[in-house]
Amino acid sequence: MDSESLLLSLELAAGSGQGLSPERRAALLTSLQLVKRDYRYDRVLFWGRILGIVADYYIAQGLSEDQLAPRKTLYSLNCMEWSLLPPATEEMAAQMAVVKGRFMGDPSHEYEHTEFQKMPAEGEKTFEDDVVVQVKEETRLVSVIDQIDKAVAVIPRGALFKTPFGPVHVNRTFEGLSLSEARKLSSYFHFRDPVGLKNKTLLEKADLDPSLDFLDSLEHDIPKGSWSVQMERGNSLVVLRSLLWPGLTFFHTPRTRNHGYIYVGTGEKNMDLPFML
Amino acid sequence: MEYSSTLEQEKENQQLGEAVQPWQEETAASPQDLGPESSGPWEAEWTPDPGPLPRSSLAQTLESGGRVAEQAASSSPTSPQRPLPALARQDIGAPRQLNGVTRGTLDAGTPLSDPPGESADARVSAPPSQSRQDTTPPTQQPNSSSNPSNPKELRPGSVQEEDWSSRQNRAQSGPRASEAAPSTLEIAVQNAKVYLLRDSSKTGLNLYDHLSNMLTKILDERPENAVDILENISQDVKMAHFSKKLDTLQNENEMLPTYEIAERQKALFLQGHLEGADQEMEDEIAENSLPNIMESTFYFEQAGVGLGTDETYRIFLALKQLTDTHPVQRCRFWGKILGLEVNYLVAEVDLREGEDEEEVEEEDVAEAEERDTGDSEADKDEEGELPKPFYKPPQAIPKEESRTGANKYVYFVCNEPGRPWVKLPSVTPAQIVTARKIKKFFTGQLDAPIISYPPFPGNESNYLRAQIARISAGTHVSPLGFYQFGEEEGEEEEEVDSGRDSCEENPDFEGIQVLDLVESLSNWVHHVQHILPQGRCTWFNPIPRNEEEEEDEEEKGEEPDYIEQEVGPPLLTPISEDLEIQNIPAWTTRLSSSLIPQYATAVLQSNVWPGAYAFSTGKKFENFYIGWGHKYSVDNYTPPVLPPVYQEYPSGSETTEMDDPSVEEEQAFRAAQEAAELAAEDNEETGEDEDDDDN
Repeated sequence: MDSESLLLSLELAAGSGQGLSPERRAALLTSLQLVKRDYRYDRVLFWGRILGIVADYYIAQGLSEDQLAPRKTLYSLNCMEWSLLPPATEEMAAQMAVVKGRFMGDPSHEYEHTEFQKMPAEGEKTFEDDVVVQVKEETRLVSVIDQIDKAVAVIPRGALFKTPFGPVHVNRTFEGLSLSEARKLSSYFHFRDPVGLKNKTLLEKADLDPSLDFLDSLEHDIPKGSWSVQMERGNSLVVLRSLLWPGLTFFHTPRTRNHGYIYVGTGEKNMDLPFML
Repeated sequence: MEYSSTLEQEKENQQLGEAVQPWQEETAASPQDLGPESSGPWEAEWTPDPGPLPRSSLAQTLESGGRVAEQAASSSPTSPQRPLPALARQDIGAPRQLNGVTRGTLDAGTPLSDPPGESADARVSAPPSQSRQDTTPPTQQPNSSSNPSNPKELRPGSVQEEDWSSRQNRAQSGPRASEAAPSTLEIAVQNAKVYLLRDSSKTGLNLYDHLSNMLTKILDERPENAVDILENISQDVKMAHFSKKLDTLQNENEMLPTYEIAERQKALFLQGHLEGADQEMEDEIAENSLPNIMESTFYFEQAGVGLGTDETYRIFLALKQLTDTHPVQRCRFWGKILGLEVNYLVAEVDLREGEDEEEVEEEDVAEAEERDTGDSEADKDEEGELPKPFYKPPQAIPKEESRTGANKYVYFVCNEPGRPWVKLPSVTPAQIVTARKIKKFFTGQLDAPIISYPPFPGNESNYLRAQIARISAGTHVSPLGFYQFGEEEGEEEEEVDSGRDSCEENPDFEGIQVLDLVESLSNWVHHVQHILPQGRCTWFNPIPRNEEEEEDEEEKGEEPDYIEQEVGPPLLTPISEDLEIQNIPAWTTRLSSSLIPQYATAVLQSNVWPGAYAFSTGKKFENFYIGWGHKYSVDNYTPPVLPPVYQEYPSGSETTEMDDPSVEEEQAFRAAQEAAELAAEDNEETGEDEDDDDN
């Protein structure tokens, strides 16, 4: 959610019980301004918080002028002092695949993981070695945020548009989705570089508006049914909840520009989804 | 820079457009059929002219119905005076009009024109897929209906198309030849046109007609420096537009869900006035039964948990409605369970005496059913002597009485404040046991079936109730000392069973320091009974009844069950003794504010049931749950193991048979018989019997 309209957004996203205490709210309103100034971001998003056992991570993201450019991610434990996270890499994701369970809330905490590695040796023998892999929680944090961003960050269709030069900008003329569009998953896009767009057939592409439909829409997410779309407060608020990453809430008030998403959760993917539907 | 470039383009366009005119007239007979759409407004202008234009009539009729007619009416003051010029103007005007179109689209996008060919196409092209679906009938009709009938009509439009596209290529892509296939361009143009032709929802005008009207006006009046007063011209045209307010057959009766829920919630806010008469009565009841939600919400908000202020207040009012309409002794806002389509708000209620007549009936029905099944079994007994199945379903464990154990409270749910509260049925142990094995999302419909591997006995309302029971048993905690065992009751219970199953508020409770509550988990205790693996809070021994009825064999099978009585932690056990899940402590405590600790509250957060929270200020406390209603596990959910396959009957003397009697044996037997012929006929019978046995 945008740091500028944080209060309104929090109120709108409150239906999922994901709030911030007054202390945190006030702190965020103050510190995100400073973040924006110090890091020279065009826009600062309050991304959400990852619940740890001892403490929570508060995450903010800085966007440059091009909305789809790689985002800078910051975290904080007390909402005032922000530290920059390194960009996520494939390697990190591979490392993280072995770690499960909750976050601790201590960035320097090290997860230990013993791995059985087959060491090729002389002859045909292979040794089985226990290799202790140590993974820092900070690395895990980076990777999880990146995964969530890639999987479930959402914007409504039309909120961004692609300029002829290539960069993607916020659409000033966006006036919100209409009521009928707001119910459909096809009017929401993934807020990341498109992946599935290239694979579309020419026939499907023919209907797309290149300046608006340059992102992947949610409706093709796998598995089908990984989103719960609800109209709350008697249709005056659309809430999308990700079932794949429980804790991610996207809200949009139809016919207004208010939209945003926030993640409040444990940072674990719900692998049981097919069983639960 | 950008601006100027577009201006240049426009100029270029105009020049080119004029330059192209003659050529356009020559090539007017191109076979493309995109035309009629674009020529629509033009034709509309000169329709009313009486005689001289015969070829116009056919096409328009189908084309755009009432709207065009209106337009025609509105523009008629200018046109009838010079019918012939109108014809001429059509040809001249067409390219101009197109200029207008291109300009319009160019301006609509941001005026960046750098990577020329593609970007221009991109900007002009393709209104969204939906808009294409929405395409208004007037724009579609001409394509389908008028094309085949009068090909002549197509000319101007098709010319425009070609002309425009070629000009685009020349003007905008400049030296770079356009590689764009004509088909995509056509589609793009068509899409752009459809976008321009979309009627405004407010005035019913569309940009295409408006632009063409404007240009007509400019060409009619030929003002100096037209570009400077373009805005005024536009305004004039708009104001001169005459629209008839047509009567529609039916009143639009818009019933948006927004209004519906607002209407319902209005009832919540008004209920106070309605019952002003028996104010005193109400006070008596309400003071006891209605919880102060706003207060606890305030504390939960300090902890960063909650639903938002206005939502909570509506729930508050909804609870008031509940307590007013039901005989409620004590009420509590239990929490919110998220669903796929709608959510559940859950109220925990203690009904006064004289509650549930319905339930009694339900039980009767159940008993009757049991009897029925018994009868049918009896019928079967009479019918055949084939062996009956030995398998008997395991002894159904009866549910606990209302007001005890897991059925201590009654739960009401509603989807949104203002909607009616629905009472959940009481929970049965079988439901709890099954619910532990499955993990399903709630849909939000109480009567939705639960399709799961261990078949769930009931629908979603039962599953919801079972989850509520499990969550309550696991996460309802209070500061140590707030509840104590009622002395008299407690003793009785002790005699009956090992654990006491009720507790009452301690009047002498003096509160616990908040810091102590945060630092030590042993200062928090469970005040809701633990649910045994059996699915009940108190142990029900399924064996004794069996013993009376059945024989020894049965007992052997179930002996192990009989011996161990399931025991859980007794009431008021500190939560520090809760089981961990794989090195993750079951609870996390926090201080709501690190900056102002002296006024902070202690916040307790369950890691076993994510979403369950409790706060305590030392004296006050409250529990709250919000979430999907699922238990946390580090590992992924695995479906329960299949039940063991029943072994087949061991092959023994009862199932194996002897060989058929051989001839020798029979002969020997006959010989023996003959030898025994002296004996009476009885022997024969026995012989037959033996034969039978052998077979």
